[in-house]
Amino acid sequence: MTTPLHEKKLKFLEEMANTIREDVIKALVEAKSGHSAGPLGMADIFTAMYFHVLNHDPKKPDWPDRDRLVLSNGHICPVLYTTLAHAGYFPVEELMTLRKLNSRLQGHPHRKALPGLETTSGPLGSGLSQAIGMALALRLDNKKNSRVYCLTSDGEHQEGNIWEAIMFAGKQGSKLNRLTAIMDRNNIQIDGFTEQVMPLEPLREKYESFGWHVIDVNGHDIAEFVAAVNEAQAIYEKPTMIIAHTIPGKGVSFMENDFTWHGKPPSPEEAKRALHELRTLRGQIMSEHE
Amino acid sequence: MLNKNAKLNEKLFDQGVEQKPTRDGYGEGLVNAGYEDPNVVVLCADLTESTRCEAFAKKFPDRFFEVGVAEQNLATIAAGLGVTGKIPFIASYATFSPGRNWEQVRTTISYNDSNVKVIGAHAGISVGPDGATHQAIEDIATMRVMANMRVIVPCDAIEAKKATMAVAKVWGPAYVRLGREKTPVFTTEATPFTIGKAEVLWESNGKKGKSKKPQVAIIGCGPLLHRALQAAHELEEEGIGTIVLNSHTVKPLDEKKIVEVAEACGAVVTVEEHQVSGGLGGAVAELLAKHMPVPMEFIGMQNVFGESGQPDELIEKYGMGTSDIKDAVKRVARRA
Ligand SMILES: Cc1ncc(C[n+]2csc(CCOP(=O)(O)OP(=O)(O)O)c2C)c(N)n1
Ligand SMILES: [Mg+2]
Repeated sequence: MTTPLHEKKLKFLEEMANTIREDVIKALVEAKSGHSAGPLGMADIFTAMYFHVLNHDPKKPDWPDRDRLVLSNGHICPVLYTTLAHAGYFPVEELMTLRKLNSRLQGHPHRKALPGLETTSGPLGSGLSQAIGMALALRLDNKKNSRVYCLTSDGEHQEGNIWEAIMFAGKQGSKLNRLTAIMDRNNIQIDGFTEQVMPLEPLREKYESFGWHVIDVNGHDIAEFVAAVNEAQAIYEKPTMIIAHTIPGKGVSFMENDFTWHGKPPSPEEAKRALHELRTLRGQIMSEHE
Repeated sequence: MLNKNAKLNEKLFDQGVEQKPTRDGYGEGLVNAGYEDPNVVVLCADLTESTRCEAFAKKFPDRFFEVGVAEQNLATIAAGLGVTGKIPFIASYATFSPGRNWEQVRTTISYNDSNVKVIGAHAGISVGPDGATHQAIEDIATMRVMANMRVIVPCDAIEAKKATMAVAKVWGPAYVRLGREKTPVFTTEATPFTIGKAEVLWESNGKKGKSKKPQVAIIGCGPLLHRALQAAHELEEEGIGTIVLNSHTVKPLDEKKIVEVAEACGAVVTVEEHQVSGGLGGAVAELLAKHMPVPMEFIGMQNVFGESGQPDELIEKYGMGTSDIKDAVKRVARRA
């Protein structure tokens, strides 16, 4: 069971999430290509996962009893890499090699390239099935303490593969109660807003009708998210989907809720503005760098 | 020497030669095809702008269908349209379509003989920083192996435009492979283009060479042909004569022309931004093994996946640069 969240820890997590957002921006501007909106929107959840929820050991990334985090929507890997670096998997400076020749930080994550990555992804819609496979294997090996978390996006719920996975997991019921999926419900994809490109709602009812337990959370409220994870851990009969309502581009005013930031990096000038906003939390505090 | 009849861009060896991605040519050709035939319809899977379907979508909104991130649905809806009088173009990145939906393409488009044109964008390693998951280097093989499928790999934006308009006009399933990056525009509007007909771009006996004939035929497809021409040009200065053949149609292969240049030269190098097994090189090897066995070398991905990096860096790292082509020509000439 994930330990309860105290005031001090919560504050630490919130500050870490902000640091991770800054480092995502720095990595993207250096890479000159890559995705901005999704990574910024998911920084709070990645921080909560690697600094509070997951049972893992950066010094032993292959530890067989670890919890698994499967990133299905691989294009948001800048936030995964940045979180892994801050969690101690590799030096933070290495983030500057993102997307460059011979880098371990591939444009989309590759399991064989970097310790800490549970799978290769980028092509959408195939992560949940893989997470199911891992959960089944752990169960067969009687590893009762390991849980599997699958991070997915809303856009990828247009892929048939993911609904095949949802149906299968529903059938397994309590056998997959250590599987928790988390959806980045940010309402955007490449061609526009999800409900205009290809409507997804009602997502809660769809999951429920497939036999899942569903929890809606504010994806920027770390305490609420951790409480949802705790609830998921307590559900015996079925797998859980946590629908995390997030703001794409969160923390950078000119990126927020704008789908055109799905797949481009900030220019150096935009990065400066973005970093300023993040450091000052949009003018709420004075930056030490000002 | 450049083949006069190919009417290539005379500035093609200049530093400042115009650069444009082949996907741009597709976008232009698609709008033309839309005007020419009201039955042309377009379907896209959440990549409308980057696959260059956007201009068509704006001009003909009633004939454009956004299916969302769903490549299997993309192919099968098109299969239905294609047997009901429409000429559907379906576009995504090649790793996803015809990657993810290969079986749907096989059964409902190819075997079913539906008039669908499959457009695979972002093919090859020159996709660059997105990395190996997004670099289609198997698609020529997986499409070529299907009965009833045409496979076309345009070498530049102008040829991509012509290929797009040409596949709209002939009945039947077709695959057109496109690149993401800007690459030299080295053909012209006047360059001949016929599906299934390979074009000689270059023929030389070598400047200082004693030889009265070209020694090696370089058979290629796609934007790497520009590097092949560069290699041929430099080899000529070194006294080595070559023929450069643009085999833009990988299926049906121009068997007559390929056998002819193989016989004339006695050695062949194939050039493609694709795995060396199963693609153009494989197709040429199958043909020549039967009709004109000659030594061959293969330029392409040597049974490895790609990685992130800048397009040019990757082409060099994975052995598809001009100097690699020259080396392959010299190697194969020694074996002839
Ligand atoms: C199978 C597949 N098809 C298409 C793509 C291209 N693609 C990359 S991201 C994306 C949009 C998906 O929406 P979402 O994950 O919600 O994007 P975000 O919220 O991060 O902007 C698409 C279509 C892909 N990666 N995989
Ligand atoms: Mg989204």
